[in-house]
Amino acid sequence: MTETPSLTAVRDTFGPAVLRTDVVCGDAIAVVERDQAHAILTWLKDDPSQRFNYLTDITAVEYRDPELPLEVVYQLRSLPRKVDLRVKLWLDPAGPLEVDSVYDLWRGADWLEREVYDMFGVTFRGHPDLRRILMWETYAEGHPLRKGFPLRGHFSRAEQVRQALGGQTESFYSSEELEYAEDVLPSDVRERLRRGEHGGVR
Amino acid sequence: MGVSDADRAMVAQTSPNWITTKLDWLTNWARSNSLWPMPFGTACCAIEFMATAASRFDLARFGMERMSFSPRQADVLICAGRLPFKLAPVIRRIWDQMPQPKWSISMGACASSGGIFDNYAMVQGIDTVIPVDVYVPGCPPRPEGLMYGIMLLQKKIRGESFTDGALRQEQLVGPDGLFLPPERVDELSEPFGNSIHQTRSA
Amino acid sequence: MSTRTVELELATSGVDARGRATRVPLGVGELREDVLSGDGLMVNIGPQHPATHGVLRLVVELEGETVKRLIPHVGYLHSGFEKLGEYRHYNQIIPLTDRTDYLAPMANNVCLALAVEKLMGIEITERCRVLRVIACEMSRIISHLVWLGTTGIDLGAFTPFLWSFQERERIYNLQEAWTGARLTTSMTRVGGLMADIPDGWTDALRGFIRSFPATLDEIDTMFTRNAIWIGRTQGVGVISGEDAVNYSLSGPMLRASGVDYDVRKDRPYLGYETYDFDVPIGEHGDNYDRYRVRMEEMRQSTRILEQALDRLAPGPINVDDPRVILPPKSRAMSDMEAMIFHFKQVMEGVKPPKGEAYLGIENPKGELGYYFVSDGTAKPVRWRIRPPAFINLAALPKLCEGVLLSDVIAINASVDIVMGEVDR
Repeated sequence: MTETPSLTAVRDTFGPAVLRTDVVCGDAIAVVERDQAHAILTWLKDDPSQRFNYLTDITAVEYRDPELPLEVVYQLRSLPRKVDLRVKLWLDPAGPLEVDSVYDLWRGADWLEREVYDMFGVTFRGHPDLRRILMWETYAEGHPLRKGFPLRGHFSRAEQVRQALGGQTESFYSSEELEYAEDVLPSDVRERLRRGEHGGVR
Repeated sequence: MGVSDADRAMVAQTSPNWITTKLDWLTNWARSNSLWPMPFGTACCAIEFMATAASRFDLARFGMERMSFSPRQADVLICAGRLPFKLAPVIRRIWDQMPQPKWSISMGACASSGGIFDNYAMVQGIDTVIPVDVYVPGCPPRPEGLMYGIMLLQKKIRGESFTDGALRQEQLVGPDGLFLPPERVDELSEPFGNSIHQTRSA
Repeated sequence: MSTRTVELELATSGVDARGRATRVPLGVGELREDVLSGDGLMVNIGPQHPATHGVLRLVVELEGETVKRLIPHVGYLHSGFEKLGEYRHYNQIIPLTDRTDYLAPMANNVCLALAVEKLMGIEITERCRVLRVIACEMSRIISHLVWLGTTGIDLGAFTPFLWSFQERERIYNLQEAWTGARLTTSMTRVGGLMADIPDGWTDALRGFIRSFPATLDEIDTMFTRNAIWIGRTQGVGVISGEDAVNYSLSGPMLRASGVDYDVRKDRPYLGYETYDFDVPIGEHGDNYDRYRVRMEEMRQSTRILEQALDRLAPGPINVDDPRVILPPKSRAMSDMEAMIFHFKQVMEGVKPPKGEAYLGIENPKGELGYYFVSDGTAKPVRWRIRPPAFINLAALPKLCEGVLLSDVIAINASVDIVMGEVDR
């Protein structure tokens, strides 16, 4: 089987923006143009013939072969129609990794996109709070699931222990939280927060 | 904090005699049979720890019924489970908060050496972060194994003496941000056994 | 919600991959007098805390005792599972799966084997299928028992914790007799199982099935119509069905809000469509409904176990495919071909064709999915765990809007998280 009704429908509606459709191991997959992805996903969610109201997963895949693209994979499900669909988009692994966020479509994308950012460095435009979720926020070694990232990390073990112990991960508060503490912050820090100032790295 | 240099010098100068051994016996008997654990449970070993504390294996017979989740009231820190780098400052802070006399048990392979997780995220043995008294191997150790480890700790405590000033010294994180010298951390964290083959490509 | 990106002066060289300064810890200045007189308070719960069910950190903004906002911080148990999976053969990943959701290890093992079998197009034997159903349902029972015991403790009831752990010990005995390990079972292999069940195992399981409902009834008596329990769980942590779907919740979290989605019924695997069981659906989406759903799921699991035991027939547990299953040792020692197959499998591993597969199963926590991408070699290009507990936990801020601080603990307990899976 190489075609499902959803694949046909999305190809008919979006034409050249759908780069490839396939059925692999029984799963329907559609590869779409990165810039049209948000529009296509919105249509898939809202159109009454599709109704993919459940976002099962968002992840990214980087291949060992550097010629192959870095894929961002959306696993969707239509609960009323009991149908699954996988939507992928291709990014250049050496280029800027930027994608539109689907936070406005499915709130489940919140942490899933943060994790893809943390592990792969893909920036999701429009995500309200894109910061690291699994590693600590000042983690300096990079994005762990990239193929160029060695299994044991870039730094030596002693350096990793030093950075971990110095990271004060248990007392780190995000800007969302700091908003609340604005009354207790010193005034010059409050000013800098208000200006959205970028600090220097010592 | 605690013992001043003069006191320490006086204690160190006291040579063990029959009074001190009798006092030691009493103190150590009391300490070893009323260890209040600080269960620093992170992963699967924590479930086995809970099973050890439950009715079939029952830690209450060892005087360890009262789990102290506040480190200020605990005697022995049982690190049950793997310790990622993000959690390293947390265990260090908990350890520093515990008052002397204190001991620690590293429960499981991950806490003792990093276990099967020889990668960027895992501390390769909590002894690179805090001092450890007893290591309990296993993945996870059987409850009987943990109890044997606790009994070994009790035996170790019974062999202690208050005339030994070095025993109750705090071993703090040094000014370079490390608890052990960096070469020692690297040596302890070196891959061994099957870990070496992980970097071979398919 | 503010979306400012804030960077301040750093004490460590915290730079991200592009060399940009990333956000840093902030030392809080002196508290001012006028602030202290207000009712606002920011409380940090965890990561080391008895009631967070693992290393979870919650930052709670309070107005008196009412929660204004709650922000969970995870990642304190991040162990790099997905990265490790890329350096292991498919069968070598099975021990890793035990350690993600360590409360229901057999279900994870089954999910991995099913995902690789989907990728390779392998059809497992009937006996293997039934044994895997037994394993999944046993895992459901032990996971829900941990949830029950620890939720009881969080709400102040200590005794059911001991009862549920005693029942777990009986399942642990069964798991140990089958696989040799109480918790880290690693019971499946691609194409089959690690070993068949020993003699007398089915009788022991029947004994468990006979006596387990009595313990469930005891715990039921303690909780279900208990005024304190009802007062603390009804109307607390409510999420509507629509929101639950939008937040991608799954499992009892979703079903308690009235959404009828159970992977065993909607996308059946292992022959679940042939078993006769019901899926409890809640109505109000509060803690109490989640409690009732899980209790009933345990009873339904016992029903499935009985049916599975009745249809367990003798036969092979492994598929008869030498590329995937190791030949019996006696043949490997005497037959040249078998020896070569054994050698290739152990040294090179099982090699699926190029492709990808996603398989979701109904884990006790929700929909657990494994997504494998293969490039034809023995080690996967990508192993993705779709973690039900992680996604369920993301809804915690929504669940805790406007509740009291002690309700936060109750709601956190009812989400039924396991940090090994949340952080992987």
